[in-house]
Amino acid sequence: MSAPLVIFAVGNPSRGDDALGPELLNRLSVWLELNNQQGTVELIEDFQLQIEHALDLQGRQLALFIDAGQRTPTPFGFGPTVAVDRIGHSTHALEPGSVLQVFRDTEACEPPPAFTLCVSGQSFELGEPLSAAASEHADKAFEFLCALLANPDATDWASRVI
Amino acid sequence: MSYQLETAEHPERLRRVAIDPVSRVEGQGKVTILLDEQNKVHQVRLHIVEFRGFEKFIQGRPYWEVPVMVQRLCGICPVSHHLAASKAMDIIVGAKKLTPAAEKLRRLMHYGQMLQSHALHFFHLCSPDLLFGFDSDVTRRNIVGVAAEHPEIAKRGILLRKFGQEVIRMTSGKRIHGTGAVPGGMNKSLTVAERDELLKEIYHIVAWSRDAVHLIQKVHMQDPGLYNSFGIFRSNFMSIVGNNGDLDFYHGSLRARDDNGKLIFDGVDYQHYNTYIEEEVKAWSYMKFPYFRSLGKEQGWYKVGPLARVQNCDQISTPFAEHERKEFVDYAGGSPMHAPLAYHWTRMIEMLHAAEQIKELLHDDDLLSNDLMVKGERQMEGVGVIEAPRGTLFHHYQVDENDVVTMANLIVSTTNNNQAMNEAVRHVARRYLHGREVTEGLLNHIEVAIRAFDPCLSCATHALGKMPLEVELLDAEGGQIHSLSRA
Repeated sequence: MSAPLVIFAVGNPSRGDDALGPELLNRLSVWLELNNQQGTVELIEDFQLQIEHALDLQGRQLALFIDAGQRTPTPFGFGPTVAVDRIGHSTHALEPGSVLQVFRDTEACEPPPAFTLCVSGQSFELGEPLSAAASEHADKAFEFLCALLANPDATDWASRVI
Repeated sequence: MSYQLETAEHPERLRRVAIDPVSRVEGQGKVTILLDEQNKVHQVRLHIVEFRGFEKFIQGRPYWEVPVMVQRLCGICPVSHHLAASKAMDIIVGAKKLTPAAEKLRRLMHYGQMLQSHALHFFHLCSPDLLFGFDSDVTRRNIVGVAAEHPEIAKRGILLRKFGQEVIRMTSGKRIHGTGAVPGGMNKSLTVAERDELLKEIYHIVAWSRDAVHLIQKVHMQDPGLYNSFGIFRSNFMSIVGNNGDLDFYHGSLRARDDNGKLIFDGVDYQHYNTYIEEEVKAWSYMKFPYFRSLGKEQGWYKVGPLARVQNCDQISTPFAEHERKEFVDYAGGSPMHAPLAYHWTRMIEMLHAAEQIKELLHDDDLLSNDLMVKGERQMEGVGVIEAPRGTLFHHYQVDENDVVTMANLIVSTTNNNQAMNEAVRHVARRYLHGREVTEGLLNHIEVAIRAFDPCLSCATHALGKMPLEVELLDAEGGQIHSLSRA
């Protein structure tokens, strides 16, 4: 039985602010344990989103994608994600909307309601730690995440779009 | 094997086309083409911004950390880096020969990696080009397009990749950031439950892999005029081969052949790779250009990866893949096939071999053994080489008496193919762009040639907010004449 909510956090922990996704996932893992909510949420971490993540959407009621962003709103943006019939020029990573589209096309049904939390980063060099600015953004994003998880409902989340 | 079109005589008089996936991180590719007033091509260069700073990232670390941390160099093939580094560190700890269980578990992990990587490339990246044609609507040239018209193929691609990921997870302990291989062996074996779970699926995986070979073979044979000539150039080729000349992704000695298939060197212990291979630096590219020392810079460059491996080996040890190899060799007519689009065919033969190897290993009880570690006399230097999905991958380290890495040198597969990819792009530019108005459809031909090699262009990071693919036509002063944008 799948947990009703799946959270994907993507990024490379060794590439500066690309670690924002994994960082938030680690904090969430602790928070879920403290609040005894592990069974209601599945956390999935990866370097990039890929086609097989469409399979992780099976049986879910709600999905959340967490990623670092560049030239995106600070400290973070949050909004609904819809399936998009578009994949970038690189094979190596999909956008959240493309993962939803792969689900739609291969499962022949609509994906669950999905949202993306995009946390602003600044520097993405190999071997760099999280920047000071990104750490601040992560703190604010985590506070927001906790509020989301207090009521994991698509209608409620839609009212919190930033 | 010439350098035609690498450098124009008077670039200041020419227009410049840049195919530039604008990005804030390293690991992206760009193509620049210089054209004259009649749109005749004078210079073509593929610039791949190699991931920088990995030596600094590794140096100063204890050697035992390296197999884990190098996975973060590349989010596309972390297992290849993990295993190449582990093999180098085996030498450092004096583990000349691993236990049977450890080697088989590493092989299982590696075959899982080959399977998932080749499946992703074929079903996601190249099959849209092949099934719909190079000039088709760009929105159809992705897995969404494939899924819409060929839902079964798209689903199989995902399940093949998922299975490979599961093999990796079970052998390395985690979906990512696994720690399965350690200097001198492995830190976990497979449980009976894990083995049985994989066994339930493997027969489908082998069958689907066979179907994939037949699909690409059929596509290739439907239009031999295109597939045998698109982007073609002749070159040397190199890979490791097993001790008896078998195709072997995990271990063996270095073998190189010239463009006619004649051996250049064979049976070379890769600990001495730098006696045979040199890397040239060119002012216009961040990425180095490796070549065989014995042939020199102009004649000594080579290609690696599936097309090289399948033609470099004497045979494949698994029956279905060996049958398909023979079909391929027969089709090539007894001399090496150099067409870049044949990479796709050989890639699927390799995927089939990986699937068959996984099936064989899953019936081997050594995978359940806990005899996983050996050690010997400590060494100061080690080289690990592996055939990664995209080609030969070298990891070379020196470690001091305090167990700290003091030198690291990596030659990644895409670097080994650097000159070869440039040559393919030049051929396509000469054949399809020369004297014509540049259109998006024509520029896609360039991308098709690059994609055949499956270069690693987006190492390990990918944050949202990237710019779309930009193609700019600039005048000699850099002013924009025209641009195309692809989301």
